[in-house]
Amino acid sequence: MNFALSEQQAELQQSLARLVEDTCNIRRVHAVMDGENGFDANLWKKLVEFGAAGTCIHTEYSGLGLEMIDLALIAEVLGYQAAPAPFLGHALAGIALSRAGSPKQKSKWLPKLASGEVLATVALGEGGTVWLPEQWTVPAGKPAGIKSNVPNAMEADLFIVGLAGEELGLVEGNASGVTRTALDAVDRTRRLGEVRFEGASVELLPQGKEQSAALRDASLVLLAADAFGGARRCVDMAVNYAKEREQFGVKIASFQALRHQLANMAIETEPMRGLYWYAAHAFDHIPERAPYAAALAKAHLADRYQQVARDCVEAHGGIGYTWEYDAHIFLKRALFDFAWMGAPAVHRARVADLSGW
Amino acid sequence: MDLAYGAAYAAFRDEVKAFLKANWPSKTTPPGSAAEALAVLPRVERERAFRAKAVEAGYLYRNVPRRYGGSEQAPDVLRADIIREEFNRARAPLEMPGNGVSMLVPTLLERGAEWQRERFVPKTLSGEYQWAQGYSEPGSGSDLASLRTRGELRDGRWVVNGQKIWTSFAYRCQYIFVLVRTEPDRSKHEGISYLLMDLKQPGITIRPLKQMTGQSEFCEVFFDNAVTPADWIVGERGQGWNVSRSTLKHERGFIAGAERQGATFASLVSLARRCTKNGKPAIEDLDVRQRLAAILGYIESFRYSSFRQLSMNLRGQDAGMFNFMTKIAGSNTNQDMAKLARDLLGDDLLLAPPAGQDRDDKQGTRRGNEQWVAQYMSSLALSIAGGTSNIQRNIVAERGLGLPRSV
Repeated sequence: MNFALSEQQAELQQSLARLVEDTCNIRRVHAVMDGENGFDANLWKKLVEFGAAGTCIHTEYSGLGLEMIDLALIAEVLGYQAAPAPFLGHALAGIALSRAGSPKQKSKWLPKLASGEVLATVALGEGGTVWLPEQWTVPAGKPAGIKSNVPNAMEADLFIVGLAGEELGLVEGNASGVTRTALDAVDRTRRLGEVRFEGASVELLPQGKEQSAALRDASLVLLAADAFGGARRCVDMAVNYAKEREQFGVKIASFQALRHQLANMAIETEPMRGLYWYAAHAFDHIPERAPYAAALAKAHLADRYQQVARDCVEAHGGIGYTWEYDAHIFLKRALFDFAWMGAPAVHRARVADLSGW
Repeated sequence: MDLAYGAAYAAFRDEVKAFLKANWPSKTTPPGSAAEALAVLPRVERERAFRAKAVEAGYLYRNVPRRYGGSEQAPDVLRADIIREEFNRARAPLEMPGNGVSMLVPTLLERGAEWQRERFVPKTLSGEYQWAQGYSEPGSGSDLASLRTRGELRDGRWVVNGQKIWTSFAYRCQYIFVLVRTEPDRSKHEGISYLLMDLKQPGITIRPLKQMTGQSEFCEVFFDNAVTPADWIVGERGQGWNVSRSTLKHERGFIAGAERQGATFASLVSLARRCTKNGKPAIEDLDVRQRLAAILGYIESFRYSSFRQLSMNLRGQDAGMFNFMTKIAGSNTNQDMAKLARDLLGDDLLLAPPAGQDRDDKQGTRRGNEQWVAQYMSSLALSIAGGTSNIQRNIVAERGLGLPRSV
């Protein structure tokens, strides 16, 4: 048994953290958040060079050919840094194409995804808490319908679309019959849009029906990993503030009430690491446990993250409630992780079913 | 990453299974086997005979040298895991439970004199000697180092006066390891010595304390000119605090544990199956299913973070702040389980917990849902014993988060 990171994996996380910190530190995140552009193009370019655009894409198609655990480790770092980059949708589109695409579709698109030449995303939600393959209604033939809460919908060149019958389809962004509208989304580091299809031409992915559940699981794992990174950041932020801030003539870190709140945040956060690792590991190596592990990880980590993000604001006092301070960036990313692909309650209900209760 | 045990370990597991089949009685015990001969013995002798064989085979007391009654095996956490899993599955006895094996033996191996090891370790492992732990005092709980029970060296023996409290199972132990103040002029941590004492003597009075469960596992121990030989001290005079530190570490590992949480959770799911809510099995209730899954999130997080901790320890790496939170994470989850059980029990919540002196006392009681009334209460004890949850938060704050020491 070996449930620890390899040296390469540990190094991957460290070097990525340095890269993101150097390219897009939290001041820059604020600037992107307040700006009109959907993401930090320079950061995305650096992430593509790092390999984050094709981590799980086979080397045959110029990807890194790594596993879900490696991708999740990247997601954790990006969550810690609140990276305003189109990573989530792009990574998931790459997984969908790799698993469900025809050889022709794969050789046409995957190298372009890996090189960042094409920006892809996934269109899974339909609004009204419709997220999961069995809920999808947009018909596969000549699709007419709306996909909602699509990450980086405005900038994407390629959409992987969830279709009725648990199918997956591929639509180019500039195809006729595709209209996109930006949504005023709460998390401005991962912007969302609505995509309306009116007779656009859709190519089915031949293995879509078989692989849409895996796409669901992959998305849940990446959200869980992001939540772990974000929650860790909230703990660090609150701890560092407590070490600096003085009241009554002393550092507030000396007050036991606050120390216990900070300890509770850490106790809620740190053990989650093992669960998201397990979910990522199961995705590639224990397929019969993958749906269970992914659902449990998403439910547990997203739920904890939003609470720890709230605790973080509270630990800062008034400054934590301002737009200029960093805390709200993570609170809002926590809301994204909580609601995107279905709330924790949805996935806990699935865990109960999958446990045979 | 790899969660599988690997081929060498699979072979080891088969070996353990074969050993159990041959040596521990079960429904499928082969006629003429050693196991069959054991089946007719009374429980205590059966377990003692079995443990002796398991030590010989290298399965129990693996880190204790052969000359002290252990099996002296190379450290291998995965083998230890497999042994525990298979013994539990076969309902075969593992190492003797209690403070002697979990706390005193490691302390003697690390800090004891040679004659102390020879005299006390083998009989503690076999269960002949049982040990009480004399640490807390009425005025010294979380601030243990302020303890005031005195020890004075007079005429070649220690004379001890004072009082200990929360001393579990003292009424059935022969000996006690006890922290006493022997150097009153030195600082509070440097004035303590670690003594071994015979509990069966006129100077010692043991009074069981009745717990909220109605059972009386823990006791007060009064020392009134109680005596022990001058050389029944572990480590030097004034080193008792440090000597005791290694044992507290052991107790922490003893209390927490992903396996134990998983077992309690499995029982909780069974409870939800047999209780009803709104005229249906409670397990079908949407709210109950949500709450079970929420608890499962904590349990699986703990389980896989423990695997990570284990894997890192095997490689000489530091698992970081998780090391400091296993106790409180485990007791928090036990409290969550207690609360869900409370809501499932319905009218059975009105039942008194099982009677008897302690948890091993099976005389004449039903074993039904009142067990969960006991768990509802004993989960509180987990948040207190071995360092309260607030003390655990202090440890996480200081050692995990690097906050400067307060108080």
